[in-house]
Amino acid sequence: MSFLSIEGLQATYGSSQALFGVDLSMAEGEVTALMGRNGMGKSTTVKAICRLIRSTGQLRLLGHDLHALPSHKVARLGVGLVPEGRRCFANLTVRENLIAAARSGDWTLQTVYDLFPRLGERAGQRAASLSGGEQQMLAIGRALMTNPRLLILDEATEGLAPIIRQEIWSVIRRLKQDTGVTILLIDKSLKELSSVSDKAVILERGKTVWSGRIDALTADISEKYVGV
Amino acid sequence: MRVKEKHVNALVIIGLIALPLFALISDEPFTITLATRAVILALAAVGLNIILGMGGLVSFGHALFFGIGGYTMGILAYHAQTYTTLDLGLFATGGTEFMPVIWVVAMVVSAVLAYLIGLLVLRTSGVYFIMITLAFAQMFYYFAISWAQYGGEDGLSIYVRNDFPGLNTLVPIQFFCICFVILCLVLFLKARLQNSPFGLALNAMRQTATRVETVGLNPMKLKLLAFVISGAITGLAGALFADLNRFVSPTMFSWQLSGELIVLIIIGGVGRLMGPVIGACIFVALEHFLSGLTEFWHIYLGLILLGIVLFARGGVIGLLTGKEGAHV
Repeated sequence: MSFLSIEGLQATYGSSQALFGVDLSMAEGEVTALMGRNGMGKSTTVKAICRLIRSTGQLRLLGHDLHALPSHKVARLGVGLVPEGRRCFANLTVRENLIAAARSGDWTLQTVYDLFPRLGERAGQRAASLSGGEQQMLAIGRALMTNPRLLILDEATEGLAPIIRQEIWSVIRRLKQDTGVTILLIDKSLKELSSVSDKAVILERGKTVWSGRIDALTADISEKYVGV
Repeated sequence: MRVKEKHVNALVIIGLIALPLFALISDEPFTITLATRAVILALAAVGLNIILGMGGLVSFGHALFFGIGGYTMGILAYHAQTYTTLDLGLFATGGTEFMPVIWVVAMVVSAVLAYLIGLLVLRTSGVYFIMITLAFAQMFYYFAISWAQYGGEDGLSIYVRNDFPGLNTLVPIQFFCICFVILCLVLFLKARLQNSPFGLALNAMRQTATRVETVGLNPMKLKLLAFVISGAITGLAGALFADLNRFVSPTMFSWQLSGELIVLIIIGGVGRLMGPVIGACIFVALEHFLSGLTEFWHIYLGLILLGIVLFARGGVIGLLTGKEGAHV
């Protein structure tokens, strides 16, 4: 039984269909890169996994049919989402953002502060007053406070300064090495994705067009479907 | 010059202690009754502020719980004082004049009702939520009017104020002390609640329900629990209010009262711990002094409210302390 199993996933926004058949399979502890050009359905796939939009097809996590669960129960099953655009709770402080999401497990306020010392330094500061990079760290920290088994990072380095991006990538590497959490990554940096991921799945017009080991991803395929 | 919110809060509490003491020394029992009225209205508004300030839900029918608390006290005391039996189907009781029992019953009845009503009304939002909460309160208002057994439109008078062990509740300062201690306890619990994971999640949910769902929180459960706590506190305030006046009537369910509770919070500061207390003090003071000058005192209250909404959206506390400390 695979950890996350998606077959023939279709999803719609109102009357317009966004996904036409996404297939994706992940083993526990694996890091998978979900790739594709803009508008090909990567974030929609993430929303479908988190049950934030209506979808059909097979969507199973640890054998549980996610279609039978509301969004908060999917999160309680162990899906931690770092959404596109950070989306922290703006009028709560850093500490309050983390406490609001906390569930019992290895990740605590202290372990999150150890991972992101800057969050510890700004514990009493409102999320809205943080820089983009700090908000991203908070978004990751908040997802970790739910003690997820599957961590989804949707464009976690988008719009950040190069030095902050490096910091985020180094955290992702540490998470992979030290915690063994299963990670689904969406990002534009092929170089970084290649260095951290075990597998890649490429979407084109809402369908899976390629999947396999990341080291098997040739320049031709990435040029054709990802544009880099 | 901005002052710290905790200093404002301390000043309000000191003022609330000092005023009745001053009235006691200068032998003005009516002022103590006015202060008691302010404390009880503040308690009701603190209850409403849980769902309004923390949850962002404008309940325009919270007088429902105020009235339920009032009628719970009224019915229990009426049967105790007339030595008649209150038949509840499954069991019969002779009522009670013992305040702590009345408070517990008022809170439980209000909480159960809030739970049942909340299951329905919390599925709506925005203007629909406002309207459906108003509709429920009006239903109870008209029910109370037609409930001839307990006075119907004329209401129900209670001959003697209920008992509290060791105190003479008919002495204004002693009844004030009871109400004041309850208000302080509820404010303490509210402060704890506001900073608890539940309070923070409720606050986060007010910003966006979808985001709290992605961290595993059920917005409906959060709202329902807040609605139940809010209803129970407002019900307790209703029981005290009825005891203060020794009278309950359908006006305790009226939409005007629901509106007044919202006005108190807006005047003091939405989402602020002491906002409802400051709002209630200002409201009762204006009601007393302005109504002595003109019967159209509501016009002046309206002007003050207009000024606050336009120029001080954090209410009086926001005006004094700035945005710092506001979870809104």
